[in-house]
Amino acid sequence: MSWGLDGVSVERGAVTVLGAVTLEVTKGEIVAVVGGDGAGKSTLLAALAGLIRPSSGTIRRPERSRIGFLPASSGVYPDLTVSENLRFAASVYGLPERIAADRIRTLLERTGLAGAADRLGGRLSGGMRQKLGVARAMLHQPDLLILDEPTTGVDPVSRSDLWWLLTREVARGCAVVLSTTYLDEADRAGHVVVLRSGRVLTEGTPAAITAAVPGTLRTVAFRPAAPFAWRRGRTWRAWSADGGPDGDRVEPDLQDAVVLATLRAEGRP
Amino acid sequence: MIVKEFRQMRRDRRTLAMMVVLPMLLLVVFGYAASFDVTAIPTRVVGDRAAAVAEQLPPPFEVRAVAPAEGRPEAVRSLRDGVVPVVIVAGASGVTVLLDGAELFTANAARAALARTDGTARIEVLFNPDLRTSAVMVPGLAGMILLFVGTVITSLGVVRERQSGTLEQLAVMPLRPRDVFFGKITPYFLVAAVDLTVVVAAGTLLFGVPFHGSLLVLALGALLFLFVTLGTGVLISSVSQNQGQAIQLAMMTLLPQVLLSGLIFPLRSMPVGVRWIGYLLPLTYFTQISRGVMLRGAPITALWQPFLYLTLLGVAVVTFATLRFRAFLSPQGTRRSPAVAAGAEP
Repeated sequence: MSWGLDGVSVERGAVTVLGAVTLEVTKGEIVAVVGGDGAGKSTLLAALAGLIRPSSGTIRRPERSRIGFLPASSGVYPDLTVSENLRFAASVYGLPERIAADRIRTLLERTGLAGAADRLGGRLSGGMRQKLGVARAMLHQPDLLILDEPTTGVDPVSRSDLWWLLTREVARGCAVVLSTTYLDEADRAGHVVVLRSGRVLTEGTPAAITAAVPGTLRTVAFRPAAPFAWRRGRTWRAWSADGGPDGDRVEPDLQDAVVLATLRAEGRP
Repeated sequence: MIVKEFRQMRRDRRTLAMMVVLPMLLLVVFGYAASFDVTAIPTRVVGDRAAAVAEQLPPPFEVRAVAPAEGRPEAVRSLRDGVVPVVIVAGASGVTVLLDGAELFTANAARAALARTDGTARIEVLFNPDLRTSAVMVPGLAGMILLFVGTVITSLGVVRERQSGTLEQLAVMPLRPRDVFFGKITPYFLVAAVDLTVVVAAGTLLFGVPFHGSLLVLALGALLFLFVTLGTGVLISSVSQNQGQAIQLAMMTLLPQVLLSGLIFPLRSMPVGVRWIGYLLPLTYFTQISRGVMLRGAPITALWQPFLYLTLLGVAVVTFATLRFRAFLSPQGTRRSPAVAAGAEP
């Protein structure tokens, strides 16, 4: 069974927020949607979740009871405790009492929230809130898990924990679509969709995206004169279509591939 | 800083509207409506000498009916049913003026007017013999509390969902809009019901406010009134982006109701135009019901008009609120309809 979008467009007034986007996610797969601010990531996920009616195109998704959704705001009730948030979700999804209690206990342990079970949602740190939101989205073991920037504001250790949780969901057969601004995370997905201004800039497996980078990429210590250059840590990357400037040649990773695709689409310099 | 404030003010349309509308509203209310002076008192004259007495009645009494065949029992019933606030029983043994004590200002105005006459008429104040303000205010206060809980608290509760981003979550969950709607308003409904019980109990036990009528009739009136106020609260929340906006809008619905419903200033003393605004407000009818039931012991048949108008208002407001709420939780539309419906969930 696969879920996704076929040529979906979303328009707000005269602005095309999503332009004929197609996305496919199958059971046991993670699709990462990446892109800059305003690229259309949240709109894509909201359309897939059924929060936004598209102007055109087809959306394939399971029935609502089989979807798990984490909005960008985490969707945690600030005036309910951590366990009350989860219990409310369990009751809405009709989980039997005993099963709900087992799953809540397990998820609290796996997210490291067991010690904060009685803390109000509004008193959690940003990262803890995100983890609670993800736990709530997973609680009913959905067929399709839609997560809008689940790791934003989450510390590196907790990010790792969340990815471990996602991996377990995928192993269970869940299809996961998530958005992220962290390209090192997107590298862990089976399929990456890069959005820019509501349109798909490039997509494929991380390996396929990096393999498709044309030209030559070099690393240099100072800002080069090359037209396509960007900073990576303490050094610079310089790209040219025909061998290009001096410097050590490097194999592009997903971050390089996405930045280069974006710069080329913008027609820089 | 000043320029920045003006820019922000210009973009905050609702606050700007409130800054313009509120002074206008207060001007209208306090200029035209805020009057305790009753200049016309609808009066019914019964008894053998009704016609003769009716002819001699000075202003502010306005004779609405003359019924020589009727006696004191019918006169009391007219007052109880709220037909008129004053009935004059002109029998062979003398003239008795019966005043409806539930209409405090009218009764006071009638007493003052009668004091200016020859003074042979006997005056009897029914339902609130001592003309105590608390007896009139407590039934109205019950309405105010229901209004506050129903409108302000409900609107805040729903807007809180939107502000915390949990409304999106609810929209994705397997809940029907009506599940969410009734799930949201039921707790407020119950709290308001408890509030009402406490206010009525405290009013009767602590302040000695009489309760002559049927509890069931009052409960039915409160139920209808709550539907209107809760529906208004949900409506306000569906057009408010945050709790500040919700409070602003709620206050703009509360203020006219408190001032123009007859709760404080008698409707009778307002100009016709302003009085008609009062007739569009639900608190006007709940005040009539609560005063009628508690003070006069009016049966439901005598209160059919406020019940009818409350029902009509309730149906209109709740229907509109449900539709707005459904749209609120439905997928947000875009410029064109989708060419193809969603696959697994058309």
